[in-house]
Amino acid sequence: MYWNQKYETMPREELRALQLERLQLTVERVYRNVPFYRQRFTEMGIKPSSIRSLEDLRRLPFTTKQDLRDNYPFGLFAVPLSEVVRIHASSGTTGKPTVVGYTQNDIRTWAELIARCLVCAGATKFDVVQNAYGYGLFTGGLGLHFGAELLGATVVPVSGGNTQRQLMLMQDFGTTILCCTPSYALYMAEEGQKMGIDFKKLPLKAGIFGAEPWSERMRAQLEEKLDLMALDIYGLSEIMGPGVAMECRYKQGMHIFEDHFIPEIIDPDTGEVLPPGEEGELVITTITKEAFPLIRYRTRDVTRLVVDPCPCGRTHARITRITGRTDDMLIIRGVNVFPSQVESVLLEFGETEPHYLLVVDRKANLDHLEIWVEVAEHMFSDKVRQLEDLEGRLRERIQSVLGISAKVKLVEPNTIPRFEGKAKRVVDRREI
Amino acid sequence: MRVKQISVFLENKSGRLAQVTRVLGENGINIRALAIADTTDFGILRLIVNDPELAYRVLKEAGFTVSVTDVIAVEVADEPGGLARVLAVLAEANINIEYLYAFVQRTASAALVVFRVEQLDEAVGALQAKGVRILAGEEVYTL
Ligand SMILES: [Zn+2]
Repeated sequence: MYWNQKYETMPREELRALQLERLQLTVERVYRNVPFYRQRFTEMGIKPSSIRSLEDLRRLPFTTKQDLRDNYPFGLFAVPLSEVVRIHASSGTTGKPTVVGYTQNDIRTWAELIARCLVCAGATKFDVVQNAYGYGLFTGGLGLHFGAELLGATVVPVSGGNTQRQLMLMQDFGTTILCCTPSYALYMAEEGQKMGIDFKKLPLKAGIFGAEPWSERMRAQLEEKLDLMALDIYGLSEIMGPGVAMECRYKQGMHIFEDHFIPEIIDPDTGEVLPPGEEGELVITTITKEAFPLIRYRTRDVTRLVVDPCPCGRTHARITRITGRTDDMLIIRGVNVFPSQVESVLLEFGETEPHYLLVVDRKANLDHLEIWVEVAEHMFSDKVRQLEDLEGRLRERIQSVLGISAKVKLVEPNTIPRFEGKAKRVVDRREI
Repeated sequence: MRVKQISVFLENKSGRLAQVTRVLGENGINIRALAIADTTDFGILRLIVNDPELAYRVLKEAGFTVSVTDVIAVEVADEPGGLARVLAVLAEANINIEYLYAFVQRTASAALVVFRVEQLDEAVGALQAKGVRILAGEEVYTL
C-alpha cells in the first residue's frame, strides 16, 4: 500500500534524475531570491550552472542553525511574505525561536508526505487518527493534521496533554491511529492500565511516534501495552516538520522521501561526506520547498543511511534511529531545549558568568527538567522570601523561553562540576 | 547600635553546617548566636560572631556564598511577657520584623535577641524611647 506509488517506488536511477533536476531548480531559486545564498555561492565561486550532477551537491556550502538565527526572522525566505501562508517556529539557541515559512504548495507537499507516512502505518480513510502532538507554533500538531485530512481519515485534533480526556476520547471515538511522542504514549498506556482500560479490546492499530529519540525497548513496551504497531517518524521544523522520513511496517529504518529531500551523512568534524552505512551527522537539502528552501542543512542528528532495497517496495533510502546529537540540544517532552537558552535567561537576571546545570530525568515515562543555578553573592539574600521569589521568577522566565516547565534549584557555589575549565551543562539520567 | 550579621547560603545536604563551623573554628572565630531558616531545598544560616569581617572573608574563601547584614541586638527582660513588650513597641511603630532569634549567651538578668528589620533607625529610636536597651556591635562581639 502506497499513497503515491509512482514516486515512492520510483526506480533509483529515475529518482536520481528527478533529484538532480529539482536540485538545480532549488539552487537557481535560492541564488536568485535569497541574498544569503547568493553571497555564499559567490564567495565560493559557485553559480547555479555549476551543479551538473548530484555529486556537485558536495560543492555547496552547509547551512547551520546559526545562519537561521543570523537571518531571523524571515531573512532566508525565498518568496515574498505575501506568498507565505503559514509560519511555524521551534527553539532557537537563545531567547529567539527558529522561524520557518510555507507557501500554499509547501503545505500541500507536507500534507502529501504525511499522507504517505500514515499509509506506511497502514492507515486509510476509514481510520480515526487521534493527533496528540501539540498544535500551535510547533510543527507536530498541524503537520500531522493536514496529512490525515488529505488521506480522508477522521482526525481528532486533541493536541497534547490532558491524559484523562485523551483516554476517554480514545475509547469513545474508537481511535485506530495514535500520534504523539513515544514517552507520552507509554505514559498514557500506564495511566490507562491504572484506570482499568483493556487496550487489547480497543481498535488501536498503529502509533506514529516521534519528536524525540526512542528505542527498540520502548517499541516493545508500546506494542505490548497498547496492542498496536509502533512506528518511528522523523522530521524537523527547519526542513518541514514531521514527515521527512517514516518507518514502514518492516521497521528497518525510516524512508526519507527522496523526491523532496536529499540526505547526506557527513563527518561532523571535517564536513566530509561518508559512504552509506556509516554513522555520522544527517545533512538535508530540500529540493521542492518554495518558501524556506535549505541547502545542505546540518540537522545535528546522528544516524546512518541505508540504501538496500526494502521489502515494502519503496525505493527511498532509509535513516536508522537517531542515536545522538552533534550539539548539546536536548529533547524534553518532545520540545527542543538548548542549554544556551537557560544561559540567556540567567544573563537577563544580571549573571555575568552563570553557572548552571540542566538535570533531566524520566519518571513514570514523563521527562522532568531541573535547573540548578549556583547562587552568586549578588543574588543572595538573608531573607528566605527573597530567594524563593528569585526561584519563582527564574522558573517563570525559563518556562516562557523553553516552552516547558522546569524546577529551579538554587545550589551552593562550585557544586556544578567543571571540567578543564569548561562547565558541564547537562546531566541526562534518562534511560531510553 | 548596629550589629553585623553573617548570612551563608546552604543547600540542604548533610555536613554543610559542620563545614561552616569548622572553617570558623580553624580561624579562631567564635559564634555568639546562630539560626537557620530552611525550605525544602535550601537553608540560610545566620550568624553573629566575634569578628564579622574575618568570618566573611574566610567563608568566602572557602567557597560559600556569604553576605553581611545589619541587625540589632536587643536586651529582653528574662521574665514572662518580656519579649511581648519589645514586640509591642515595634508593632506600635509600624516596624516589620523579618525574623528574630536568640543569643546562646545572656546577661545577668536578660536574654539577648537579634532582630532583623527593614527600618533599622526607626526601630532603634522606638525601642530606646521605651527604655529598651540595645547593645552596640562591640559589646556583642566581645560578649
Ligand atoms: Zn519499507
